[in-house]
Amino acid sequence: MEPSFDPAVVRSLAPEVLAILVRRGADFAAGEDAVQEALVEAWRSWPDDPPRDPKGWLVTVAWRRHLDAARSEVSRRRREELVDAEPEPGPAAGADDSLRLYFLCAHPSLTPSAAVALTLRAVGGLTTRQIAEAYLVPETTMAQRIVRAKRTVSEVRLDEAGDVATVLRTLYLVFNEGYSGDVDLAAEAIRLTRQLAASIDHPEVSGLLALMLLHHARRPARVAPDGRLVPLAEQDRTQWDTSAITEGVDLLQSALSRDRLGEFQAQAAVAALHADAPTFEETDWVQVVDWYDELVELTDNPVARLNRAVAVGHADGGRAGLAALAQLDDSLPRHSAVAAYLHEMDGDVATAARLYAQAAMRATNLAERDHLTRQAARLNTARP
Amino acid sequence: MAKYLLLKHYRGAPAAKNNVMMDQWSPEEISAHIQYMNDFADRRREAGELVGEQALAPTGLWVSHDGEGRPPATDGPFAETKDLIAGFMIIDVETPERAIELAGELSAAPGKNGEPIHEWLEVRPLYGEPPLVQD
Repeated sequence: MEPSFDPAVVRSLAPEVLAILVRRGADFAAGEDAVQEALVEAWRSWPDDPPRDPKGWLVTVAWRRHLDAARSEVSRRRREELVDAEPEPGPAAGADDSLRLYFLCAHPSLTPSAAVALTLRAVGGLTTRQIAEAYLVPETTMAQRIVRAKRTVSEVRLDEAGDVATVLRTLYLVFNEGYSGDVDLAAEAIRLTRQLAASIDHPEVSGLLALMLLHHARRPARVAPDGRLVPLAEQDRTQWDTSAITEGVDLLQSALSRDRLGEFQAQAAVAALHADAPTFEETDWVQVVDWYDELVELTDNPVARLNRAVAVGHADGGRAGLAALAQLDDSLPRHSAVAAYLHEMDGDVATAARLYAQAAMRATNLAERDHLTRQAARLNTARP
Repeated sequence: MAKYLLLKHYRGAPAAKNNVMMDQWSPEEISAHIQYMNDFADRRREAGELVGEQALAPTGLWVSHDGEGRPPATDGPFAETKDLIAGFMIIDVETPERAIELAGELSAAPGKNGEPIHEWLEVRPLYGEPPLVQD
């Protein structure tokens, strides 16, 4: 029996196939186009006629498409002789090839959004239309973003040493800042990070994968049936995905044991403490504060400082949380939301209600605005 | 990335520096203005920054529900004193600074005597999605 057709498996082969084409001499942009065409062809023909060697099939078809394209380009320009139709048997793509592709698609010369688009297209094997729909822009706009990104990296040598940090930042963006469309970007980010972890041994890659799994595990409990955002404190923890939590915690523990702490491991450690608590009240807030201290030291990120103030509030009381908050710039996003939360904890309901209303005005998404408005309304209507 | 709405007004915005009504321009000046707007949109599309654009007619009505089984109540046309939106463009850009930069460029569209209008445009962020990682 042939294995059944699995689109995710087909797409997972895309980066290796592209890497082989590039090594055979295709330039990155042309090779990428050819791989996309081969994927579309696979989509069409594999369900009825699955190949014995899926990767070999994709390489053959993509290379043929590449040669066809090169040939029509040549004849269009009325220049060179036709290129040889038979591909040279190239070595199979290994982990190194896939890794180079990750580095290329998240090259530091790209803007974050360009790196995201190119990674989803060339490494993820998504179509331009899927990426456009995922980010709510027209297909032509996304196509241009990808074309420009390819042009930017076309000068980069494929053997240039890559930067893991930009790859991780790109995958984090895919995970954290996607819309909830037909393509599940969070799941896609996990798939790509898992694939990356298979080709590089790096504690921060494991840290990021752990972070993603631990947050993904909460997703079933994160949104109420009516679409409302459910805060961590009110989530039904029995809905959390325990197998994702176990995998995340295991990954994190083995990453931490290597003693090369980074921001993603520290963030994952916070998420692991939440995952570990049977109830919100039983959260080990003292340890959460410790991890935020590490995170602040590693990144000096103001968002980490805000979250730290909340954790301090839980560990040592609202007053202590407000003291931690007092050192931060009040123009930070979510500053008034955190201030409202800590004032309520400290018993100052009137101030909390006013700050919740102010925070609602400053929210950058509808779900958060509605949540904060409800918080203000709850306090305002509860008062005599 | 974040999306921004650039709003253009028929009236209600602060007065532009080159504040001459379009029907007082020469036909060539009108063509040059329209060309500038089209070129601007094309550049945004090529840069992968355009989400959409639409012009609005200056006519319209206020409409309100008027009870079950009754036709909606209407009021209008709009009063001369009312703010009136002329059109919008939605862009998807890397930073708020980029949105402001682009609005500035759009505001430089030529008007009377081929001089930039310096029209005041409204820049409004669209709501995004809540991030998954919040703690």
